[in-house]
Amino acid sequence: MPQYILRRLLQLIPVFFGTTFLIYALVWAVPGDPFAGKCGQVACPPAYIEMMTAKFNLDDSIFVQYFKYLGNLFTGDWGETFNGVSVGELIGNAYPVTVRLALIAVAIEAIIGLSAGVLTGLRGKGFLDNLVLMSTTFLISIPVFVTAIVLQIVLGSELGIIDASVSEDATIGELIVPGIALGSLSMAYIARLTRTSIAENRHADYVRTAVAKGQPRSRVVGVHLLRNSVIPVLTFIGTDIGALMGGAIVTEGVFNINGIGGLIFRGIQNREGATVTGVVVLLVMVYLLVSLIVDLLYAVLDPRIRYD
Amino acid sequence: MTDPNVAGGVSSVDVASAGVADDSAVAHKPRSLGGDAWRMLRKRPSFIISAVIIALVVLIAIAPDLFSSRPAGFSDLLHANEGPSADAWFGYDNQGYDVYARTIHGARASLLVGVFATILTILIGSVVGIVAGYYGRLVDSLFSRVGDIFAALPFVLGAIVILTTFNAPGSNPGVVTIIVQVVVSIAALSWPVAMRIMRSATLVAKQLDYVKAARGLGASTPRIVFRHLLPNTVAPVLVYGTIALGAFIGAEATLAYLGVGVRPPVVSWGVMISDARDYFRVNPHMLLFPAGFVTITVLAFVMLGDGIRDALDPKAR
Repeated sequence: MPQYILRRLLQLIPVFFGTTFLIYALVWAVPGDPFAGKCGQVACPPAYIEMMTAKFNLDDSIFVQYFKYLGNLFTGDWGETFNGVSVGELIGNAYPVTVRLALIAVAIEAIIGLSAGVLTGLRGKGFLDNLVLMSTTFLISIPVFVTAIVLQIVLGSELGIIDASVSEDATIGELIVPGIALGSLSMAYIARLTRTSIAENRHADYVRTAVAKGQPRSRVVGVHLLRNSVIPVLTFIGTDIGALMGGAIVTEGVFNINGIGGLIFRGIQNREGATVTGVVVLLVMVYLLVSLIVDLLYAVLDPRIRYD
Repeated sequence: MTDPNVAGGVSSVDVASAGVADDSAVAHKPRSLGGDAWRMLRKRPSFIISAVIIALVVLIAIAPDLFSSRPAGFSDLLHANEGPSADAWFGYDNQGYDVYARTIHGARASLLVGVFATILTILIGSVVGIVAGYYGRLVDSLFSRVGDIFAALPFVLGAIVILTTFNAPGSNPGVVTIIVQVVVSIAALSWPVAMRIMRSATLVAKQLDYVKAARGLGASTPRIVFRHLLPNTVAPVLVYGTIALGAFIGAEATLAYLGVGVRPPVVSWGVMISDARDYFRVNPHMLLFPAGFVTITVLAFVMLGDGIRDALDPKAR
């Protein structure tokens, strides 16, 4: 096990450098004037250009630039935008909202998806099974922005149950409907995964043994069956947390939420290289860390899995 | 799917008949896995429905004039913002365009992006996956890490960065350029999935007796790969490809909605959705009809992929 952890950690290193360098190169090594349109209608004064070139190391080659940037990053300096706003501060303001939204979405998709999956997996073929299968296929097919917009129009503008856009401090109550929109796709996957897994394990020997020795049904399902069936689902939920922490550019845009997705989208539109690279580095780290934890969790949850 | 090669076909029938009642396998002539799958598919209503929808969408994309007498550019400002009527089934948008005509004419671009992105994804993913799986060791580690690098980028975010890097905001790239860029960026961010599927299928197939036998008989690497490995590893990748095609049509719409994907003068469902972005609160029909077409098309491909997967999986019988 320690060997496996070590190997996984070593594998993370090239991926971290590769992904962050890819983004850094895409953002900074683009042909064209980085100062175009930065100073309004007039061309930027030479002093400003000189200052910014020095600040972002624009005269160095892309590799030197990248490692200088990483060096600053490891000392906790996320850099500044062209306007001198600290990127670390921008992220610090936006990230809690995104994390809250992601956690709400995951909670919603896990609760609804798991219950639908367990119900249909136990019942087998029938009306309910077909209904869940059809509705999950439907949910998988709708692009997320359509779900978000339809929810916003129907619940917000037409029925007036929610505010059409989320306020500055984004309370949990306000984030529930965006969370539903964000989690709808994964909810469908979780329901299907649970259903398949339960249906496969329902006739396993250990379930029959548990029934034969007179265990109540609730215990057979809740402890024996669920614990064995839920492992692939937990893996999926784990990776999904990693993905959703990456911000939901579309959902945040529709509901006007001030999260990391909006920050990075504006950063890309305004060519704020420091913001974009900073946020992407953070997201890649979160994603890699979460997928590592999920892999390790797998071994803890299922003792049958051995890594050597 | 016709029987790709005898060795693969026979062994999969053995696998398939091992789990089910034996009498059917004895009484009838053994069928290939592909033949079995086809027989099973024909009985599924969801397969028939999805096949009909896909055929219809493809027909619309090839010959839009059969379905709409008006060209995509037809505009009547007098009727702008009008809802659905007998004259224009899906209503008019804010510029007086006939939403029905545009939806019909938009099918071609959306489908093209989906098809080309799928082909490119599958092609890159399969080649890299089969090389990694076949040679193993250092080659495998190297390609797997490269795949991880691209997989670690969130899809929408990565696509936005790539597309804005090559087209500064406000610039107007040509029609072909932007479509190629959208296709390439979708493929660049999706190929690791196809690669992982292909790699694990190759790892399994490589260990099978007939591959060892072929190598023992002195078959060359290309022969082993094309005659023995590929026919047995291609099924899971094809299933992924079918579902991915649907997903990519949705991705095209998402990118266009964000304003970085395909853009006018091309007419696609994504472009229409993007045009509707600022008006959907007043004119929901501008958004809902193209979005509905996207959803139904994606639905058809997902259903088709599900059906093929179930039919090709011997365990499910």
